[in-house]
Amino acid sequence: MKTLVAVLTVLAVIIALWYAACLPMNIKGVLTEAERAGVTVVPAGAKERRDMGVIGLVLDNSFAIPATWAQKRPRLPAPHQVAVELWKTTGAMVLKGKTMSKRSLFFHGWVTLSATLLGFAIGTGLGILLAVGIVHSRVMDMSVMPWAIVSQTIPIIALAPMIIVVLYSIGVQGILPKAIISAYLSFFPVVVGMVKGLRSPDSMQLDLLRTYSANLNQGFWKLRLPASMPYLFTSLKIGIAASLVGAIVGELPTGAVAGLGARLLGGSYYGQTVQIWSALFAAAILAACLVALLGVIERVVLKRMGMGA
Amino acid sequence: MTTESTTQAVVEARNLDLVFPTNDGPVQALRDVNLTINKGDFVSFIGPSGCGKTTFLRVMAALEQPTGGEITVNGMSPDEARRQRAYGYVFQASGLYPWRNIARNIKLPLEIMGYSKSEQDKRVNEVLELVELSGFEGKYPWQLSGGMQQRASIARALAFDADILLMDEPFGALDEIVRDHLNEQLLKLWARTNKTIAFVTHSIPEAVYLSTKIVVMSPRPGRITDVIESPLPKERPLDIRDSPEFIEIAHRVREGLRAGHGDDV
Ligand SMILES: Nc1ncnc2c1ncn2[C@@H]1O[C@H](COP(=O)(O)OP(=O)(O)OP(=O)(O)O)[C@@H](O)[C@H]1O
Ligand SMILES: [Mg+2]
Repeated sequence: MKTLVAVLTVLAVIIALWYAACLPMNIKGVLTEAERAGVTVVPAGAKERRDMGVIGLVLDNSFAIPATWAQKRPRLPAPHQVAVELWKTTGAMVLKGKTMSKRSLFFHGWVTLSATLLGFAIGTGLGILLAVGIVHSRVMDMSVMPWAIVSQTIPIIALAPMIIVVLYSIGVQGILPKAIISAYLSFFPVVVGMVKGLRSPDSMQLDLLRTYSANLNQGFWKLRLPASMPYLFTSLKIGIAASLVGAIVGELPTGAVAGLGARLLGGSYYGQTVQIWSALFAAAILAACLVALLGVIERVVLKRMGMGA
Repeated sequence: MTTESTTQAVVEARNLDLVFPTNDGPVQALRDVNLTINKGDFVSFIGPSGCGKTTFLRVMAALEQPTGGEITVNGMSPDEARRQRAYGYVFQASGLYPWRNIARNIKLPLEIMGYSKSEQDKRVNEVLELVELSGFEGKYPWQLSGGMQQRASIARALAFDADILLMDEPFGALDEIVRDHLNEQLLKLWARTNKTIAFVTHSIPEAVYLSTKIVVMSPRPGRITDVIESPLPKERPLDIRDSPEFIEIAHRVREGLRAGHGDDV
């Protein structure tokens, strides 16, 4: 109950700040529109106002405040505008029986989600394989790890177009290029987490296995792998969020027509800020659902393993 | 220290040396250690911290390689003895896997050594009874008290037929009352199974109560300063600790420890 109150309070503060931020962000546009419609504005003339402080403009033209929350193409849309747009492109579509129409966020969300999941699967598999190699071989530890780290310092936004162009030239297109970019972002947290997890058994545990003359294989399956499970889930949660970012970024350079990335891009072409923001929120909600789903799987798996006290 | 010709030596160490190379120069963990452990002995190792008790146990278990001298376990090198499953090792921490219940923890060595499923189940029941933990096979380690966890780890070391039990301060982290109880149980278990036990402790009463042979060690370099054959009978109720013999042996151990300390001050 107490936490609920706290959470709601924080949420209310954020929304209030957001509404407040709409005033200075949108006031100039609103005043220009109002003047065009024949309303007296202080001072008159867009040119006059260009270099004025926005706070002062809001104070001098308080009548315009409601309009800053109701523009058609605001610089910063108000929360309820985003909410309405989200509803129009999701729930309302479902009610009309057009869940998968081109205007529905379910359609775009699914396009992005499928690439995310494929990329996540590739990235996780690759990450686990690399981690196993790194833990068992000093050579791999010293040769692979530095490259894995370097790979993450290259901005994905610069790399994504190159990946897509290269893959296109060898005839690969569609979901795969996006999935590869998404795998590129998600393998890293998995490698780091799994290496730490596979190395988590202490020397006493390793000595115990030595007293049984256990071989490497048995040590891996009976000790290292189960011990790494909590670490794996932590990295999977980071990895899936990174996968989603990768899939969205992968949609940008192709001028894709479908996917959350395409909605972001389309919105910015046509100045549809409300569309951009609702696509952003859709992506955030999707990421939250994916992470929460992994959290549930984590709880179930660890509990079944006896580790979820 | 005359060993009868009929008794069979299980562990024989001759002029054993072990030097750890460290960043601050070599550390002599064991110097010129000579010791014979006979079949069925209960040998305690006692001495101040850093005198090489753990190191000696680890040498017997082939977890460390001596840098000089010789040691045989069951007449072979410790490495061979390990491959023949000559010993079970009990560490200070129980080291139970949190993701396995007690039965499956005890099965761990059995799985690794390739026992059949039915044999595994049979042995789990047997050893759980030995350590008085029957009925707990389905519990997870965190559902057990520290003493029960340690008993489970002893059961795990007993599950495969090792003749030798190496125990490194197995009850070190437990309170006195639990410890007394576990000591009593351990003696019963020793009598029933006829194992040879090497037991590291910091407690003089514990060493005297349990052992047929007490090895007193002293540090820097780690060496044996006294070996005391206990005249106490094999049958030992807890109140034997008030008997004059017991007090006399305890006194001798204390003297040995003090002498070892005096050397290096
Ligand atoms: N792996 C190692 N590397 C370097 N030095 C070591 C190593 N293991 C033990 N030593 C040193 O060897 C000496 C003996 O250590 P050991 O652990 O055998 O003592 P111990 O008698 O078991 O002490 P305690 O009662 O505190 O457990 C110590 O000086 C210790 O610092
Ligand atoms: Mg020790």
